[in-house]
Amino acid sequence: MKLFFQQVINGLNSGSIYALIAIGYTLVYGILKLINFAHGEIMMFGAYFSFIAAATMDMPFWFVIIFSMGLSAILGMLVEFVAYRPLRQAPRLSALITAIGVSMFLQNVSLMVFGADPKVMPRIFPNVVFNIFGIEISSITLITIGLSVFFMILLELFISHTKQGRAMRAVSENQDAAILMGINVNRTVSITFLIGSALGALGGILYSTAYTNIAPTMGTMPGLKAFVAAVLGGIGSVPGAMLGGFLIGMIENMSKAYISTTWADAIVFLILIIVLLFKPTGILGKDIKEKV
Amino acid sequence: MLKVKDLNVYYGKIHAIKGIDFDVKNGEIVTLIGANGAGKTTTLKTISGILKAEKGVISFDGENITRIKPHLIPDFGVAHVPEGRQVFAQMSVYENLIMGAFIRKDKREIANDIEMVYTYFPRLKERHKQLAGTLSGGEQQMLAIGRALMTKPKLLLLDEPSMGLAPILVDEIFSMIQTINGAGTTILLVEQNANKALRIAHRGYVLETGVIKLTGTSEELMSNDEVRSAYLGG
Ligand SMILES: Nc1ncnc2c1ncn2[C@@H]1O[C@H](COP(=O)(O)OP(=O)(O)O)[C@@H](O)[C@H]1O
Ligand SMILES: [Mg+2]
Repeated sequence: MKLFFQQVINGLNSGSIYALIAIGYTLVYGILKLINFAHGEIMMFGAYFSFIAAATMDMPFWFVIIFSMGLSAILGMLVEFVAYRPLRQAPRLSALITAIGVSMFLQNVSLMVFGADPKVMPRIFPNVVFNIFGIEISSITLITIGLSVFFMILLELFISHTKQGRAMRAVSENQDAAILMGINVNRTVSITFLIGSALGALGGILYSTAYTNIAPTMGTMPGLKAFVAAVLGGIGSVPGAMLGGFLIGMIENMSKAYISTTWADAIVFLILIIVLLFKPTGILGKDIKEKV
Repeated sequence: MLKVKDLNVYYGKIHAIKGIDFDVKNGEIVTLIGANGAGKTTTLKTISGILKAEKGVISFDGENITRIKPHLIPDFGVAHVPEGRQVFAQMSVYENLIMGAFIRKDKREIANDIEMVYTYFPRLKERHKQLAGTLSGGEQQMLAIGRALMTKPKLLLLDEPSMGLAPILVDEIFSMIQTINGAGTTILLVEQNANKALRIAHRGYVLETGVIKLTGTSEELMSNDEVRSAYLGG
């Protein structure tokens, strides 16, 4: 039983990171019908930016977070502007291939700039381990879950209650109708990349805090799992991405504890396949068609 | 108010609109009638900037709006109710109306105008929390019109509001179009249902494969033999 609760905590910990990254996939897919394969690399750059702020500039944690989220948001918007915007009207397959290209390009840029040797992320949060009824919870875990949940609530409020949030929903539902309301689609897409990239960067910071290593390829695996999380929850749905993220984190940690460490990733993908067989739109994916 | 001169629109190589001229004067209901594929939707989409004119000039209240970006067209006072309604299916009725007021900042006025839309279409008020995608076709049409009214337009472009609706609903919507016009909004009504459209319009144009074939007052068009045989069923 102790093991079980320990894994619940671990699952919430990695789940909240997956959820943060998954939001970026789902937001961009919702608005451009594009799987932004470069999102894992934005997360990786987020980790490097936080490393720069923490290790070389020796800044406090709140500055590290703002610095990294801010720079990554700019990077994400730049990627959209340079690589995806010219392909807005092109077939989605061209955009998808471009996204894969951008992903490789960013990995190589980071390899050139930062080198292949992994960097060790300095400790930006206090690390105290609490022992509650034999279950170990570190302060880093609590901060990870707390920060993730805080930003997810912020995002929900933004999307459901602000003008710009409504514009995002409108564009993702019906671009032409949104334009007729006077919504600037380009601006809305930029804001979508800003938000998705900033949250992805936060995921990168928290991921590198948990695993301490930062390397140019570090975005690939969590990026892929977050993508799986977005699809599992229902791509295009923000609550779906959050739910999917937590589910993937939970499944992964439970599999590691009770089944096999080496098979944990395979089990994650297996569950995705099974869910999609029964509900192709994902758990919370909607498919309301307009009545004509 | 709206003046269209020598408008030409292409889809790639397809020449969909072949140099049409028409105008809408302040306070009028003008209808553009024509069969399926005549180019009615293309014309409206070009006025609202979603499609680009290859040649020609569209001016509104004396300003050339031909090359204005589509999201800036509502600022001029032109609202477009698109073909097939295009409501935001996963937003509530109320949120759809709020979306209509996207370009406005006058919060109190917006609230008043939502009430005004609800008095035009009481059924929308009853369903204000319901997702637009779950409304009936007629209700969605009412919502699409209400949403366009929320931009506070001087000119309302309506693309086949009768499409797919039961005759009794068509009558209801057309009488509401007259009411809206009576309250001061100029209307350009695109219709295949020439009979109903001419009954509420002051003037009309007949569009045939991208060319304007005929124009006149509604009475003239309704008594014209060509129009009667081609569009009014004898
Ligand atoms: N997206 C498109 N691509 C190519 N041709 C189109 C497109 N939309 C419309 N057309 C063509 O343009 C002509 C006018 O269409 P449209 O304006 O939709 O007519 P209407 O609204 O009067 O039914 C038709 O011949 C139609 O086939
Ligand atoms: Mg049409």
